[in-house]
Amino acid sequence: MKAARPPLPGWLATLRQRLFATPVDVAVSFLCVYVVWRISLPLVDWLLVEANWRGTSREDCTSAGACWVFIRARFAQFMYGQYPVPERWRVDLLGALAVCAAAALSWRRLPRRREAAIAALVILPPLGIWLLSGGLGLGIVETREWGGLTLTLFLAIYAGLIAIPLGILLALGRRSRLPMIRFASIVFIEFWRGVPIITVIFLASLLLPLIMPTGFNVDRLARAVIGLAFVIAAYMAEAVRGGLQALPDGQVEAAQALGLGYWRITRLIVLPQALRIALPAMTNEFIALFKNTTLVLIVSIFDLLGIAQAALADPAWVGMNMEAYVFAGAIYWFACFGLSQWSRLQEKRLQAAYGR
Amino acid sequence: MKTVCRIAALAAFFTGSAASAQQLAPSPTLDAIKARGHIECGAHLGLPGFSFANDKGEWAGLDVDYCKSLAAAVLGDATKVKFTPTSVQQRWAVLQSGQVDLLSRNTTITFSRNATLGVNFQGINFYEGQTFVVRTKAKVVAVKDLADATICVAAGSTEEKTAADWFRERNLKVTIINFQKNDDAISAYDQGRCDAYTAGIGALAGQRIKFKDPNEHQILTEIISNDPQGPVTRWGDERWQLVVRWVLNGTIAAEALGVTSKNVEEMKAKSASSEVRRLLGAEGKFGQMMGLSDDWMFNAIKQVGNYGESYERTVGMGSALKLKRGANELWTKGGLLYSPPFQ
Repeated sequence: MKAARPPLPGWLATLRQRLFATPVDVAVSFLCVYVVWRISLPLVDWLLVEANWRGTSREDCTSAGACWVFIRARFAQFMYGQYPVPERWRVDLLGALAVCAAAALSWRRLPRRREAAIAALVILPPLGIWLLSGGLGLGIVETREWGGLTLTLFLAIYAGLIAIPLGILLALGRRSRLPMIRFASIVFIEFWRGVPIITVIFLASLLLPLIMPTGFNVDRLARAVIGLAFVIAAYMAEAVRGGLQALPDGQVEAAQALGLGYWRITRLIVLPQALRIALPAMTNEFIALFKNTTLVLIVSIFDLLGIAQAALADPAWVGMNMEAYVFAGAIYWFACFGLSQWSRLQEKRLQAAYGR
Repeated sequence: MKTVCRIAALAAFFTGSAASAQQLAPSPTLDAIKARGHIECGAHLGLPGFSFANDKGEWAGLDVDYCKSLAAAVLGDATKVKFTPTSVQQRWAVLQSGQVDLLSRNTTITFSRNATLGVNFQGINFYEGQTFVVRTKAKVVAVKDLADATICVAAGSTEEKTAADWFRERNLKVTIINFQKNDDAISAYDQGRCDAYTAGIGALAGQRIKFKDPNEHQILTEIISNDPQGPVTRWGDERWQLVVRWVLNGTIAAEALGVTSKNVEEMKAKSASSEVRRLLGAEGKFGQMMGLSDDWMFNAIKQVGNYGESYERTVGMGSALKLKRGANELWTKGGLLYSPPFQ
């Protein structure tokens, strides 16, 4: 009979129980640690230890690691594209306004929060277009000069602003009792869901100018935004429909029994609950949209990824592919990770509010 | 249109001179350019040395320089040009729909494109072609020196076939090592498994800088395939096509005649050569014949330089690419570049 071992401290016990309980567990644990170690060591070496941080040209990149000098030299272009330097304060101002508005609205004890949210949604988008493109006292900046992260965010946010309400309307339309509305919604959703986004962008960019009467020209960035928005709206509609179908029929019947009309039932009973259920799926679609904005590259609109690739064509920086893609990838990852965290926070809040 | 041409031809016949200059054919493109105040040039999304944006966001490169020359010739100011980057897939549609006045973006001239796409090629500003990069210490000067060498290529590529055919036709033995991907072939060459790697000149020029030590490698100037490139316009509007063609010719002629951005004023004032004087607008009123000002080429050369200056600055020895002139040297110096006379 073995002597009883002295009890291990709490965290060690947990560790032992979780990772080293059986010989197989021990082997798997060590294998994982080994693999992570083998991968991360050269990665950290390249990213940080051996990396080059200071300087202005590729000659300054003497050690074996990443040449972050390249990102430093091109940073402003990655953020603003070819946006004229003296006008870049407009982008900064818009970004600051948007961040402030988002921060204020997420503070739940903000007085008149609902009115403030509606005001922000009504005022900010047109204000943003005015600030970015100019006119009415500001210098005009053509959309071809927009680029980089500014353009990526613009595409995602404005396409989202169109796609979310449109998607909700389409989802309601698909469940409507009026046959024409139902039919039109189904046709719209199934058409845009069935066409690859790359085809939509390509056609919007190439076919429209050929078939449009001369002189009538929709800006090519606007065409890309609308194309993206329609496709995402179709996906959003299906996500919202999932939420609508999860609601028990009794909810609507009870509201009808109380004598409420269609729009009041939809606004007060159906949508608040359906959107809460659909929120994770809608966030998913939005993240997909955010990443799909990179497809505009094929019609020569330089979003963040496009401008990173274009920078590689400068003979001064040829061959910095790893740095360019790692940097662009990191920004996309942080944006998408941030979005999914935000969505989880909202879900928790809503669950708490509804006591589920 | 036809009548105008006939009248012009008759007038030229009877007067035996350039008196027909007054009979300008209508040019909607030139009118549009003058009305909007800048040229719309279709550039490449990004090709080292030919078309790219530098750290300050300014467009630069050999193809970009040509559009700047055009702007200087048409509008008197090389900065009055806006660039629309175009991808391989969209370039023709962008040109056809009138979003750009011309393409200057590394596009190979071929018969079928010319015959079926409704586009015209207005000359050659770069003789692209397949060639080889070799180690400098290997003492290889011409492609035939590669006999008995090993060459890295991507399997199934056009380059593989062209290279294999070239050596077979000449009864030269080479070992061709196939790789799944282009990048693998390149790194195999860089690690010393092969004596040479083959691709187009432009691609090799960008590739060479990526090698561990670019100075250990050189690109052969001889080319074994034929992919000439130059500015492209839509069908129609002959006068605009004339301008596009002769501005390109003008930059080449300027180099042949020894006119540079440095000496252009002196040449215009003092040159004894009447071709130089006609080129620079000191005599002959050549600009007016196309509806431009007579100092069209003077402006282009003063502000952008002749072809050679542009070449050296963008892809040649003055750039990071360090491409030799090779086929892109003047015909008088063993290359293929040629401009018809300014007479």
